[in-house]
Amino acid sequence: MRSTKTFLSTDQVRHVAHLAHLPVSEESIAKLQKELEATFEYINKIKSLNTKGVDETSQVTGLENVFREDIVDNKRTLPQKEVLSTAPSIYKGYFKVKAIFHEE
Amino acid sequence: MKSDIVELTIKKLRDGISQKQFSIQEVVEAYITNINKYESKINAFNTVQNDEEIQILIRALGNNTEKSLSGIPFSLKDAYVTKGVTTTAGSKVLDGYQPQYNATAYQKILNQGGILLGKNSQDAWGHGSTSENTDFKIPKNPWDKERVAGGSSGGSAAAISARMVPFAIGEDTGGSIRNPASFCGITGLKVTYGRVSRYGAIAYASSLDTVGPMAKNVEDAALVLTIIAGKDPYDATTSPLPVPNYFNELKRGIRGKRIGIPKEFFQEGTDKEVIQKVKEALYKFEELGAELIEVSIPSIDIGVAAYYLLAPSETSSNLARYDGIRYGHTRNNFTVETMRRIMIGTYALSAGYYDAYYKKSLKARTIIIKDYKKAFEKCDMLIGPVNPTPAPKLGELTSDPVQLMLSDVYTLTQNIAGIPSLALPCGFSSTGLPIGMQIMGNMFDETTILQTGYAYQQATDWHKMKPKL
Repeated sequence: MRSTKTFLSTDQVRHVAHLAHLPVSEESIAKLQKELEATFEYINKIKSLNTKGVDETSQVTGLENVFREDIVDNKRTLPQKEVLSTAPSIYKGYFKVKAIFHEE
Repeated sequence: MKSDIVELTIKKLRDGISQKQFSIQEVVEAYITNINKYESKINAFNTVQNDEEIQILIRALGNNTEKSLSGIPFSLKDAYVTKGVTTTAGSKVLDGYQPQYNATAYQKILNQGGILLGKNSQDAWGHGSTSENTDFKIPKNPWDKERVAGGSSGGSAAAISARMVPFAIGEDTGGSIRNPASFCGITGLKVTYGRVSRYGAIAYASSLDTVGPMAKNVEDAALVLTIIAGKDPYDATTSPLPVPNYFNELKRGIRGKRIGIPKEFFQEGTDKEVIQKVKEALYKFEELGAELIEVSIPSIDIGVAAYYLLAPSETSSNLARYDGIRYGHTRNNFTVETMRRIMIGTYALSAGYYDAYYKKSLKARTIIIKDYKKAFEKCDMLIGPVNPTPAPKLGELTSDPVQLMLSDVYTLTQNIAGIPSLALPCGFSSTGLPIGMQIMGNMFDETTILQTGYAYQQATDWHKMKPKL
C-alpha cells in the first residue's frame, strides 16, 4: 500500500515558490516546508474519499452562458489618467514593467 | 435617550430621525463618540473617516432624508473597494491603495443614504479565522480583550459589538462572517452564493466568496440584505431570482417548521458549553412551535480537506494579479500565512497533483452538495454551532496551521455547497464569552432562516447583551 504522506522536499518548496512568483527567504523555506507538509498530511485524507462515478462541481449557481450586450459601458471604464493613478511607475501614458526577456 | 441611540435598531433610528426625536448629526455623533472612546482598545478599524469626509456625506443627503438608510452610519470590511478611501484587504501589498471605483454593495448603501465611518481590520485577503494574519491592526474581542475577535471579518464584528457602528458589510468564504459574529455576540449572515454582488469585493476564492450583512440583530441584517441583494450586471454570477423584502417578511413565525439537527455538528472535541447552549436554543425553537428532526451531513469532515484545497487553489490564481505594476506593492509583502495558502494552491494545481488534489476536491464538492440536498428533503433548515469553542486567546491558534484549519470545521461546507447560513448569539460560556449558533437554509431561502432567527430574538435577549468596555 502506498503511503499517504506527501513528502515535500525543500527543493520542491523552492520550486512552488518560484512558480507562484513568491520571493521566499531561505529561513522561510524551512518553516514553510514543515507547515506545508503538516497541512498536506491532513489534506491527504481526501484521497480516501470514494468518488467513483461522481462528477466535478465547479460552480453552484446553476447559471450558464451569462451574456451581456456587446456594448461599451462607459460607466465601468476609467479614463487613462485615473487608471494610471495608482501605478508606481509610468512612461508616456503606459504602465512601466520590468523586462521579461534577457540576453543570454 | 440620546445615550441609547447606539442600542436602537436601524428601523428605530430611521423613525427617530423622521419624527425629529434626534437628528442625523446626533446619530452619527453617538457612534463616532464610541469609536473615539474604544478604538484604541479594540482595533476594529484600519481606517476611520475624518470628520470632514463624514460631514460631506451628511451634506450630500440634502433633502433626501427619507431613504431606507438616510443618515445611518456603517462600516465595511477593508476588503471592499471604496473610491478615494484607502483599501488594504489587511495586506501591506495594498498599503495606501486608493481605489478608483466603488464595490456594488457599498454603492447600493451609499445610494440609500448610508454614512461610511470607516474600514474594518481583518485577516489579510480573508486568510484566517482570528484576524491575526494582518499587516495592520489586530482586532480584540470586546468581551475579553485578551481574546481574538474571530476572522476574517473580525474588525466588523468587534465594531458592532462595541457599538461603534450599527451595521457592517463583511465577507464570508469559509465562515469569515459567522465566526467573528459568534465570537463577538452579534448577528451575521452568510448569503447564498450569487445573492449579493461580489463586484469590488477583493477576491479570496471566487467560487466561495460571499458578501453579507453583520449587525446587532436579525431585523437589521434583514433590512440591509434587502438593500444589497440582487442581480448586478458587473457580476455575472449574481442570480436573476427576484429579491424578497426580507425585512417585511420577518414576522411570519416558525410554527410547523421542521428544523434538522445534523448530528455531525455536535461531534467530540466541541466544547460542552457550546453544545449545551445550542441545545437550549433548539428546545426554545420547539417551544415556539417548530419540529426537531435528526439529520446527517456525513461529508462535514472531508469538507475541511476539500476547502483547504479549493480555497487555496482559487486564491493562488486570484492573488497572481498582485504584481505591483498597476497598483499596490511587490509580492515580498505577502504574510507567511498568505504565502503558505498560495503555495498550497499552486502545488494542488500543478501538473502531476491536479487530479489527486484539485479535481478530487471538486468531486468532494458534489458529495457535500448532495448531503445538504438530502437533509433539506426532510427539513426546512438546519441548526448547529458556529465554532467548536468560544473565542480563543490571541496567539493560541496561529502557531499550528492544522489546528487553525480544524477550528473552521462547522463553517466551511456551507460555502462549498453555496447555501445561506445565519449566525446569531444563543448564550454565554461560564467565563462570560458569547456562544453562537447558525441556522442554515436551502439555496436562496434567506427568508426562512431570517424569520427563524427573528422569532428566536423576539423570545430571547442574548442579542441585547453588550460587553463592558
